[in-house]
Amino acid sequence: MEFDLYLRYGPALLHGFGVTVLCWIVGSIGGIVLGFAIACLYRWTSRPLRWLLQAYIEVIRGTPFMIQLFILYYGGPHFGLVLDPVPAGILSFIIYGSPYFAEIFRGGFNAIPRGQIEAARCVGLAEWTITTRITLPQMLVFITAPLTNFLIILTKETAILSVVTVPELLYQTQTMASETFTYIEPFLVLSLFYWAMVVATSWLGERVEARVTRHLRRAY
Amino acid sequence: MMAGPSLLLSMGQRTVTFSFEIILKNLPYLINAAKWTLLISLAGMAISIFLGIFVCAGRISRQAFVRNFAAVYVSFFRGVPLLVQLLIFYYMLPYVGLDLPAIGAAILAVGMCSAAYTAEILRGALQAIPRGQIEAADALGIAPIWVWVRILIPEALRIGMPSLVNELILLVKVSSLASVVGVVELTRVAQNITGVTYRPLEIYIAAAMIYLVINSIISLLGRFAEQRFNTG
Repeated sequence: MEFDLYLRYGPALLHGFGVTVLCWIVGSIGGIVLGFAIACLYRWTSRPLRWLLQAYIEVIRGTPFMIQLFILYYGGPHFGLVLDPVPAGILSFIIYGSPYFAEIFRGGFNAIPRGQIEAARCVGLAEWTITTRITLPQMLVFITAPLTNFLIILTKETAILSVVTVPELLYQTQTMASETFTYIEPFLVLSLFYWAMVVATSWLGERVEARVTRHLRRAY
Repeated sequence: MMAGPSLLLSMGQRTVTFSFEIILKNLPYLINAAKWTLLISLAGMAISIFLGIFVCAGRISRQAFVRNFAAVYVSFFRGVPLLVQLLIFYYMLPYVGLDLPAIGAAILAVGMCSAAYTAEILRGALQAIPRGQIEAADALGIAPIWVWVRILIPEALRIGMPSLVNELILLVKVSSLASVVGVVELTRVAQNITGVTYRPLEIYIAAAMIYLVINSIISLLGRFAEQRFNTG
């Protein structure tokens, strides 16, 4: 172990970690928002549009992330979409995550008893109020766990961004490894950083779950 | 210029021919390889759901020991990259006397990793089941094991189905990692064919289409199951 390597490559690694976290957080938030929008739209629109959304979900969910990234980054310029690596990474992350989030939200919507929604409509609540005040708080109870799952999966997917030269963590560690011919040191840091992200996510998930399940403390 | 039906794509200065012939010629190999992908995925799914139910039960057990063990299981399998888990299963287990063939190691690694995610999905779904149902079952004198088998698990599977399908689709995609320990599955065969033909675009698109077909089938089955369960 050569620890002075860390002094030399510390700033680059930290920068890489910053880029990873940036892509991950912006991508996840964007994916959640887009996914929620898709799930809401799916609930309220006509049948043809629903098929369209379904097709979007199937295609994005069914193809590998790396291929989507390649198409957006290398194929984008054909359609006049020229993006820098980081925005391209974030955009593809949002697109990749959205169908998964949409399905999680759809499952959440479906698990709320219909009677509650009908009752809320009867008292004249607006659809949006029903969603934000009745459906969402209840479904958070059981979608927090799948959401945490998928956020953890996304932390690890950020590594794929390195193939389109996003200067994220894996890119920096690979640079460090190939410049110094050391492999243990860079990849040890790499795994520590990813581990920290996973631990932080699952901690956050537990906190959110504890917060949203206060009203139903129970044990089977 | 390639013979047969082809499509011209202009890429900057160059013109690339997209040849369907290459795909057609290599499709049998790809489909043959897809069988291994399917085997890993299906066996992995079976392990994932079966083991996931037990880990989920462990996560909410009253025994602190069982609960902690399940929590460690989940945090290990979710926290360590699957590639590392796969290498552990394949290269480390022989040291403790468990020599698995490559395909077995791949199935076990994929299944056990996915079980951690499945367990969390089911745990979330269990919370959506009205407490009254369990109390009613208790009042009727149904044994706890049957409460689980006949009431909790089917309901949790129904409520968690969309997330579960998400997870199973990810499992199919992640089965490509099995090529690392020498299982000749879809992605590896696509790489091999690319190495011979130098046509990465066509071959990888064909491979992606096969993954898309498999995943669409899973997704359709998921929808179907959801509608069947949703009779209430």
